[in-house]
Amino acid sequence: MITFDAVTKRYADGTVAVDNLSLEAPTGEITVFVGPSGCGKTTSLRMINRMIDATEGRILLDGDPVQDIDPPKLRRGIGYVIQQAGLFPHKKIVDNVATVPLLLGWDRGKARSRAMELLERVGLDPAMGERYPFQLSGGQQQRVGVARALAADPPVLLMDEPFSAVDPIVRTSLQDELLRLQAELNKTIVFVTHDIDEAIKLGDRVAVLRVGGRLAQLADPKTLLSEPADDFVREFLGHDRGIRRLQFVGTDGLRLRTDLTVPAGFSGGSPEPWVLAVSDDGRPVGWLRGDGGGEPEPYGTFRPGRDSMRSALDAALLSPSGCAVAVGEDGKVVGVATREVLDAALAEAADG
Amino acid sequence: MSWLSDFFGDPANWSGPDGIPARLLEHLEFSALALALAMLVAIPLGLLIGHTGRGGVVVVISANLARALPTLGLLVLFVLLLGTASILPVIIPLVLLAIPPILVNTFEGIRGVDPELRDAAYGMGLTGGQVLGRVLVPVALPLILLGLRLSAIQVVATTTVAAYTGLGGLGRFVIDGFATKDYASVVGGSVLIVLFALAVQLVFTLLQRTTVSPGVSRRVKVRQVASGRETT
Repeated sequence: MITFDAVTKRYADGTVAVDNLSLEAPTGEITVFVGPSGCGKTTSLRMINRMIDATEGRILLDGDPVQDIDPPKLRRGIGYVIQQAGLFPHKKIVDNVATVPLLLGWDRGKARSRAMELLERVGLDPAMGERYPFQLSGGQQQRVGVARALAADPPVLLMDEPFSAVDPIVRTSLQDELLRLQAELNKTIVFVTHDIDEAIKLGDRVAVLRVGGRLAQLADPKTLLSEPADDFVREFLGHDRGIRRLQFVGTDGLRLRTDLTVPAGFSGGSPEPWVLAVSDDGRPVGWLRGDGGGEPEPYGTFRPGRDSMRSALDAALLSPSGCAVAVGEDGKVVGVATREVLDAALAEAADG
Repeated sequence: MSWLSDFFGDPANWSGPDGIPARLLEHLEFSALALALAMLVAIPLGLLIGHTGRGGVVVVISANLARALPTLGLLVLFVLLLGTASILPVIIPLVLLAIPPILVNTFEGIRGVDPELRDAAYGMGLTGGQVLGRVLVPVALPLILLGLRLSAIQVVATTTVAAYTGLGGLGRFVIDGFATKDYASVVGGSVLIVLFALAVQLVFTLLQRTTVSPGVSRRVKVRQVASGRETT
């Protein structure tokens, strides 16, 4: 656990970057620092591994003040990932990843095999280990940056806007990869970003900081979206806060109708305005009018229990019937969430 | 062309204390000594100033002096002061001439390393010395070698002038040749000097190829990784 105990960073010219910050980053969780530029989020992160020293207050790493630990020793026990990856251009990828293990005195063979294993872990071909950083794309370099930070298996990982320099598609895949890794590794991660969507996606806890380095709110993403502490947080969260909050509302309680499905060869005769045509192997084909006229219309699916209400609503909005098709793991139809059922669930979510 | 064959064909030119091998060796000796001494001063100083960021003014002064310094004047001055009993009057001006390019390029090389890289290195727990030795120097190496090469070429060229003072070196063929109207010697000496300078260039090119990481020079064949997992 990382504890900020009344931490202030004041520069010689009187500028206050971080103002009396007290919070905890619990072990095994992702704590995100988010806020506009000038809110002191990066400064706060860098005070943990003493890239910057706090002016007042203490930062504790599992109870030990970091100020008492020699910086190189402290940093070798903390993974550090930065925006441009910061890979050493003169070293092969495998040697980049092996940097900290070698500093810690591991023998070369063990360090290299550990590096290869980590490349695979972060989704890279181990054969890439023999390349140099300039031969990799930005996203690949960032994966190597994560592998390098994990090399000596540090309990703590500091990530300073690690994904903000890559394009949105790559960013999404890197975020998913981080969540997958975290599910396996359970590191204590402090993650800095200016992107509130990234914060909400990745954070177990999100600390919103305001300009001048003061903590505006510390909460889990769901609470943040439903109960912003003040106007600053509300504004920072952006306009579609209500919609986004639905991604934290489950779909396992939805009452699904199973009487709206018909075989693919359906030719009319249902009292319902829309029915779902299903193929012989149980997969959805499309929405048909109850009187059998016209071609199958588009449909949207969600996985009850696994997907959120946001996905279910999205699926409903994709089809002319206004209903969302519930499918199982195998892609087969298990039922239909009608507009009425979704309506009721939304009303419940709004109350909660 | 007959001058060339006169010069290089004359067996007398290939032996004795004023023969081609002896003069070549002298030239090499003066140049190498001056360059080595200059490196001894300029490289540590450049590394220190570039790494700490303190003392940049020394570099600026040095760079400006280098442009203003009349090497020939300096050479004559030191010969007048110290005589020609030792090679010191030649070596000192050569060293002074050789320092600025090495100092400036070493400094710029180190200072110019991407701050993100420095940040990452410290952030992973490298000590100051490790950051310098394991990251900054390898990355700045092309510029450091450029400084060395510029210095070496200048020193080789200027050592020619050292012949004025009565000391040896390949310049003697040119200067003595003019004095005795032995144009074969002038032309032959000039050719030797040019070849010597080219050889120095070659040495540094080889040095660059062998010491600079392919990751820095980007001199590496792009191999395809045989796998479909090259996402992102």
